[in-house]
Amino acid sequence: MTETAVTVTLTVQFLARYAELVGTDSTEVTLRAPATVGHVLGLLRGRFPGARQLPDRPLCALNLAQVDLGTEISAGDVLALLPPVAGG
Amino acid sequence: MNLRYLTERPIDIELLIERVESETRGGVAVFLGTVRNHHGGRDVERLEYSAYGPMAEAECARISAEAERTWGAAVALEHRIGALGIGEVSVAVAAAAPHRDEAFSACRYVIDEMKRRVPIWKREFYADGSVAWVDPTAPGGIHFSTEPTSLIDDR
Repeated sequence: MTETAVTVTLTVQFLARYAELVGTDSTEVTLRAPATVGHVLGLLRGRFPGARQLPDRPLCALNLAQVDLGTEISAGDVLALLPPVAGG
Repeated sequence: MNLRYLTERPIDIELLIERVESETRGGVAVFLGTVRNHHGGRDVERLEYSAYGPMAEAECARISAEAERTWGAAVALEHRIGALGIGEVSVAVAAAAPHRDEAFSACRYVIDEMKRRVPIWKREFYADGSVAWVDPTAPGGIHFSTEPTSLIDDR
């Protein structure tokens, strides 16, 4: 990465079982811009061995709204990775 | 966080009914979900619910509004978070409408959509000492947990 590269830093939250798989409930990641939710997942799989057990397309919420893997991220975003829901 | 739909305390069903009843709404339908003592052939001793709080609150508000708009109903709902024993009420929905058809429909819609959309998760503690995350999409409906102790998530 060159000194002039523009990067984005965001917070990733792992909810419920995903926190158990990954071994933490939150982390910060920095990527070269532009970057998507899919890029963040790729980086997480490299950083956390447990993250390789996440599904290919986990349920993702960016700033509390559901998004898909192609959604572009911005600095300061909060990305939450959510297991299939099981309330009731 | 100000919680309207998620609660760590026992659900007051009378209070939910009071929030929806009125002189113009002649039908009130109530659904209660309670903690079962078995799942997939295993004896369940207790449960633990956790949620992604801010998103769960927003989704519950949307579901209520949808039911109220569709059936001209008034809706109140609450879901328990934290540790629950067998037989405790984990979720309650009260829907009131001018007539019973709309009340039943609104109540049914809210519980069905809640189970489908609201980010809440359940861990089951079994009599044999094992613990599992409930996942309706998983084979057998569960993933065994590697963390046998309480993991109450307070976000």
